[in-house]
Amino acid sequence: MVDADPQPTESPAPQRAERTAQQPFLEMRGIVKEFPGARALDGVDLEVRPGEVHCLLGQNGAGKSTLIKTLAGAHQPTSGEILIDGEPVTISDPVAALRLGIATIYQELDVVDGLTVAENIYLGHELASGGVTRRAEAARNTRKLLERLGHTEITPHREVGSLSAAGKQIVSLARALSRDARVVIMDEPSAVLDSEEVGNLHRIVRELTADGVAVVYISHRLEEIRQLGDRITVLKDGRTVAESLVVADTPTDDLIKLMTGRAVEYAFPDRPGVAEDAAPVLEVEDLALGGVFSDVSLTVRAGEIVGLAGLVGSGRSEILETIYGARRATSGTVRVGGKRLRGGVDAAVAAGIGLCPEERKSQGLLLDEPVYRNITLSTFARTARAGLLDEKAERAAAREQVEALDLRPASVERHARTLSGGNQQKALLARWLVHGCRVLLLDEPTRGVDVGARAEIYTLIRRLADDGAAVIVVSSEIPEVLGLADRVLVISDGKAVHEGPAGEIDEHAVLDLVMEGSVA
Amino acid sequence: MSQRSALMGPALRMGGLVLALVLLVVVGVATGGERFWSTGNLITVLSLAAVTGVVSIGMTFVITSGGIDLSVGAVVGLASVWASTLATQYAAQDYGWWVIVVTALAVGLVAGLVNGALVAYGKVPAFIATLAMLAAARGLAEIIAGRRTQVIRDVEPFFDVFQSRPLGVPTIVWIFVVVAAAGWFLLNRTTFGRRTVAVGGNPEASRLAGIKIKRHTLYLYGIAGLTAGIGAVILLARTTAGSSTHGTLLELDAIAAVVVGGTLLAGGRGTITGTVLGVLIFSTLTNVFVLNNLDSSVQAIAKGAIIVVAVLLQQWFAAREKVTST
Ligand SMILES: Nc1ncnc2c1ncn2[C@@H]1O[C@H](COP(=O)(O)OP(=O)(O)OP(=O)(O)O)[C@@H](O)[C@H]1O
Ligand SMILES: [Mg+2]
Repeated sequence: MVDADPQPTESPAPQRAERTAQQPFLEMRGIVKEFPGARALDGVDLEVRPGEVHCLLGQNGAGKSTLIKTLAGAHQPTSGEILIDGEPVTISDPVAALRLGIATIYQELDVVDGLTVAENIYLGHELASGGVTRRAEAARNTRKLLERLGHTEITPHREVGSLSAAGKQIVSLARALSRDARVVIMDEPSAVLDSEEVGNLHRIVRELTADGVAVVYISHRLEEIRQLGDRITVLKDGRTVAESLVVADTPTDDLIKLMTGRAVEYAFPDRPGVAEDAAPVLEVEDLALGGVFSDVSLTVRAGEIVGLAGLVGSGRSEILETIYGARRATSGTVRVGGKRLRGGVDAAVAAGIGLCPEERKSQGLLLDEPVYRNITLSTFARTARAGLLDEKAERAAAREQVEALDLRPASVERHARTLSGGNQQKALLARWLVHGCRVLLLDEPTRGVDVGARAEIYTLIRRLADDGAAVIVVSSEIPEVLGLADRVLVISDGKAVHEGPAGEIDEHAVLDLVMEGSVA
Repeated sequence: MSQRSALMGPALRMGGLVLALVLLVVVGVATGGERFWSTGNLITVLSLAAVTGVVSIGMTFVITSGGIDLSVGAVVGLASVWASTLATQYAAQDYGWWVIVVTALAVGLVAGLVNGALVAYGKVPAFIATLAMLAAARGLAEIIAGRRTQVIRDVEPFFDVFQSRPLGVPTIVWIFVVVAAAGWFLLNRTTFGRRTVAVGGNPEASRLAGIKIKRHTLYLYGIAGLTAGIGAVILLARTTAGSSTHGTLLELDAIAAVVVGGTLLAGGRGTITGTVLGVLIFSTLTNVFVLNNLDSSVQAIAKGAIIVVAVLLQQWFAAREKVTST
């Protein structure tokens, strides 16, 4: 109670904003965080002023999430000092953090699927009189918050489990906003959002900062940081390598060099062009999933990358999942190498299709199993002889991918839970690389992946295609779809509204198409 | 380095169980002396542990996959009754003792597969499906037996086989040993075991990786049913009779042994070694109480205490493991 004393909230906002210019709201000095066998933070300094957008930058595993977890009270720093308004504080648990005015949106979605939207938003600070929840009031406030976020289609009484990853992200965001915080920490909030929603998010961030609230913003999208950020702190290997750089004065190349220690080719791999006579590998005809999408037809030839662009909720993920057999199509056919696919996921996997799902934690990983078992989850039966596991071969295959993808730390024995978000994504990708698919369905393959690794993943996807795979990529980042794919399919409201070579359409045209459809 | 930590974790966790077992043995020797620490008595302990032991191995698989099987006790009863009806006994007299064994195993397997089909394809929660099976199997056993004990007569070869003592150890103890070894191998060395752990750890991720989780679930409950069938054979051999009350509350003993052994009730982590230690702890406890003529109610209390202490110890070891490994 003593150390988590809430600051007086009556002080009028303008006055606070004025004081801020000189005095930082929050300071972290020499923060060290040790995990068993791993030093995640090794002396981090951070200074956040009221009303600014402070960006945290760093490669996968640099320690960004760990740092903000020590701020949010989810981790205790091993050593170091946290000051709020110049006073040293101890943030012993998440409740203490909230009391100090620190609200956090975690990188990994932390909503409770079985509860409604309103219940999630007020989880832990339920509106109640004498133990009885005031549901109507909670619903009213929730509706207001969601309106502010531009998402009236999410209703307060909807069960969160029925929302997409992006929808859940919106709920997390609404929850943080419901807290009247002095600093809102956002760990890669834009990773699951499409461009329209990112715009919304940026508007919210600006509204917050105009009210004198500070925002700590983590993102791997450098353009976004340029648009939104005021100052940047760069972490590398658990240390602050550059503190409070002014965004406007720092060229992107410098940032990349600070983060990675090298210059990174920030470009997409060449498109060799698909041979006219390349055989169609994946043929989808009139595929439909009741109420979600209909009449989707597409053909992907060997060596071709097809990008699906569309808003979140347009049905793009569902299209992938239906092709994969994870959802039962209401009509239509899927053929691989001319053979009609029948049955569920296992038939698809047997036919050589792989899917990297959108939500890595709930749909992809065995968090308490070692990395190599996660990587070989779809192939261990193949390496086995007569049902006997060959763990040596599994480890070797996993190790090869860990090196190829530069997964850090480069150990295949660690449990997936201890990997940073971007590295978990790489492990998932590695699974299908080991599998050696004829058809690869990638749902947000670079979600949460840092600049350096991103370039590597692009190169890798292209190489897979060059080796004869048919690839479909879904991404919320339109430039990524356009840069990586040979052909794009624009999806709007469950319908393909455009199909054509990626080189012949630009970002704005795609955006227009996407919006048009969504109005109809 | 990573190799070491991978081995250290389970070793530490097992440490607590071994410690508990050693303590019980010390208490047994201190209070019972020769009566406890004699080959005869130790073999008795193992013989009495065999039924729970075998059934607990099957249960380990189901629990590791995130399921539960409440019906095993009742299925043991049903299998014992079915395998000792007059009709079966006549057939056994005509064709051989194995008819009894095959009948018991078949009854167990089919009951298990029905459970599995309900859970996997009928999407009935495991708790409910197997609770229903518990009631139904017990009822069916009572109808078949007419509430009487069915003594097995004139199938001497059956007893010749199952009451023999190769190398001085009763066959039924050997059966426990073989089932445990097979279970360990299946869980730790085969694709079947890997699937079991994967399904328990994250069913959706397993499904999306191409594992046929429904079929696998069916097999898992089949295994649990099969081990119940084996348990019935052991009981028939030991008691020379089938009864609809055989295996009453056995499911709770099995679940307790599995969980005390370190298998996660939520799934995703299973250990056969732990289960075996759990079974031995409980049967040694019973033995110590019986030798000292202590009240069975007190024994029940001690059992409860052991479950709690073992789980607390495990959490403590698990926390230590987090500090020392990775
Ligand atoms: N519970 C844990 N036990 C052991 N190591 C951990 C644990 N949590 C994180 N780490 C390690 O700490 C380091 C920093 O991880 P962190 O999640 O903070 O990275 P990050 O900068 O957020 O990366 P990303 O951009 O991929 O999200 C990583 O090397 C990670 O493996
Ligand atoms: Mg992170």
